[in-house]
Amino acid sequence: MPQNESVILRHVFCKGSILPEYLQTTKDKEKERGFSVLKKVLKRILISIPVLIGVVLAIFIMLRIVPGNPVTTMMGEHVNPAVIEKVSKEMGLDQPYYFQFIKYVANALRGDFGTSYRLNRNVTQIIVEAFPHTVKLSVLAAVVAWIIGLTAGVIAAIRQNKLLDRLFMGCALMGVSMPVFMTALVLQYVFAFKLKWFPVSGFDSLNAMVLPAIVLGWNSAGSIARMTRSNLVEIMQNDFIRTARAKGLRESGVIIGHALKNAMLPVVTMMALQISSMLSGAVLTESVFGVPGIGRLAVNAIETRDMPLLQGTVIFTTVLIIIGNLVADLLYNVLDPRIREGE
Amino acid sequence: MTGMKTDLNMHSQVLEAELGGNGPEPEGFPGHEGELGEADTWMDKAKTLVRQNKLAAFSAVVIVLIILAAVFAPLAAPYDHLEQSLADRLQTPSMAHWLGTDELGRDVLSRIIYGARISLTIGLVPTLISMAIGTVLGMAAGFYGGKADFIIMRLADVMLAFPSLLLAMVVMYTMGGGLINIFIALSLINWASTARVVRAQTLSLKEKEYVEAARSIGVKKWTIMFRHILPNCLPSLIVLFTLNIPSAILSEASLSFLGVGAQPPSASWGLMVVRGKKYLFSEPWLCIAPSVAIMIVVLAFNFLGDGLRDVLDPYLKEQ
Repeated sequence: MPQNESVILRHVFCKGSILPEYLQTTKDKEKERGFSVLKKVLKRILISIPVLIGVVLAIFIMLRIVPGNPVTTMMGEHVNPAVIEKVSKEMGLDQPYYFQFIKYVANALRGDFGTSYRLNRNVTQIIVEAFPHTVKLSVLAAVVAWIIGLTAGVIAAIRQNKLLDRLFMGCALMGVSMPVFMTALVLQYVFAFKLKWFPVSGFDSLNAMVLPAIVLGWNSAGSIARMTRSNLVEIMQNDFIRTARAKGLRESGVIIGHALKNAMLPVVTMMALQISSMLSGAVLTESVFGVPGIGRLAVNAIETRDMPLLQGTVIFTTVLIIIGNLVADLLYNVLDPRIREGE
Repeated sequence: MTGMKTDLNMHSQVLEAELGGNGPEPEGFPGHEGELGEADTWMDKAKTLVRQNKLAAFSAVVIVLIILAAVFAPLAAPYDHLEQSLADRLQTPSMAHWLGTDELGRDVLSRIIYGARISLTIGLVPTLISMAIGTVLGMAAGFYGGKADFIIMRLADVMLAFPSLLLAMVVMYTMGGGLINIFIALSLINWASTARVVRAQTLSLKEKEYVEAARSIGVKKWTIMFRHILPNCLPSLIVLFTLNIPSAILSEASLSFLGVGAQPPSASWGLMVVRGKKYLFSEPWLCIAPSVAIMIVVLAFNFLGDGLRDVLDPYLKEQ
């Protein structure tokens, strides 16, 4: 259809409504795409809300269906019933469950997760102090995971079915299969005790952070390597790769500029899933290396039977994961033009 | 544990992707190349597995050997796993004690062999229970759709949002340590990934002609689900089952390592590692030996799962 005719028809039919596709200009299409992306983003955010409420509710119920009184679980069985009653009252545990829940959520929304029973301090404050350590550990671990995982994945894909491929993929599966504490103990023994390159525990200097970061990153590196390899192998068979090669690009250019760019998309989403597993792994890594982060806080809370602290750390961590997944999902929308443009 | 959660999520996502879900693209694995051939019966599939993925077949043999050792532990173990002998405490590996002795003079190898009973039971039972729950809920969500789907899948979202180790720790806090409680904790936690995979598959299967035919002659919904849809989900479920077992084993080991799982004098591998940790710098075998045992079992199941996915999965078969 000639351009001017299309413009006339557009003026005749267009009343701000959605036009048939053959009448749409690029601007219209962009506007519609903008709306659809916005709708998608809003929908995704709205879906997260019931999940968030569900998470808080689940933890809340779980910690209160303790056989007997939660305070008895916290303080032990041989405590004076009068003391238990007093503490229950102080913690508001004598009130109806629904009231406790609403009060807890209302306080949590204001950033108040209650008071730690053992440390007698605000849970939020304790978490805020511990959190930077976990973030530092996770970020360093992610860097380790990406460097090892990507390199191994790309090399394995290029040398597909060769010795190097099998070797790297075997190592990757081993990385996924090794218990985090095993990696931690082996590295501690070899690099801290035998070679004395790094301190055995602690998290106060960059040198001390190396081993925990490698331990936590090693596991994710395995997953990233496996995924990068399989995506890359699949993408290398596409027509556009053949075209890139045919137009005389160097192999490194083909892989980095064309193949890897496409192969990275699912890996980005996987990284979001890794937030959750990293935080799980952080619990073990932090307790082996004595890192004063969130994971160790949770373990301490269980050891000292500190319910408010346990509740706070688990809810805080889970909310963090939900937000992380949300961001990764939205990022995926932005990164992948096929999804972005609603194809 | 990291491995556990990662793998669980990863594998369920991989299967979901293969079944037409929204997860990332299928993952690669060593030794998977070449034609898959026409494999119809289970026997044919087993032969295909042996022919095309030697590592998976080898892993299957390793698993059978470990199961045999666990079942016949009193015959396989050189000593009683609970027998203490303080005179022989903390001995280095020798001909008499292949993997040395622990701080109470118990033979480490015997404890590892008995520990296999715990690990395999933890690997199998909670996985079966959680997968049964996940399968029923996933099928119901996919088949009924609408509100049922929304509620079940949001529940699954909630379960998947938790870092599994922390959630298991909370359950163990509530119920106390011990193996039975680990069973319950892991059964309650791990159903969500199965539900997602089964739902994705049910969604595509319910559009098939034979389901429509069954429906048109008035077959009841639950009968359609269990007679027509479930058998077609089986290959994916078997793969998922094989891959969920190592996750459960790692969970138990991690929980026991953190002191909220199995309790002494149980020969749980995780517990052995944490008790051996005190002697890491003087008697490293005390924690390395049970860790290696965990790794071998987990690795064997992962290799087998990868191989089975190769043979059983309809998506890959079409390639």
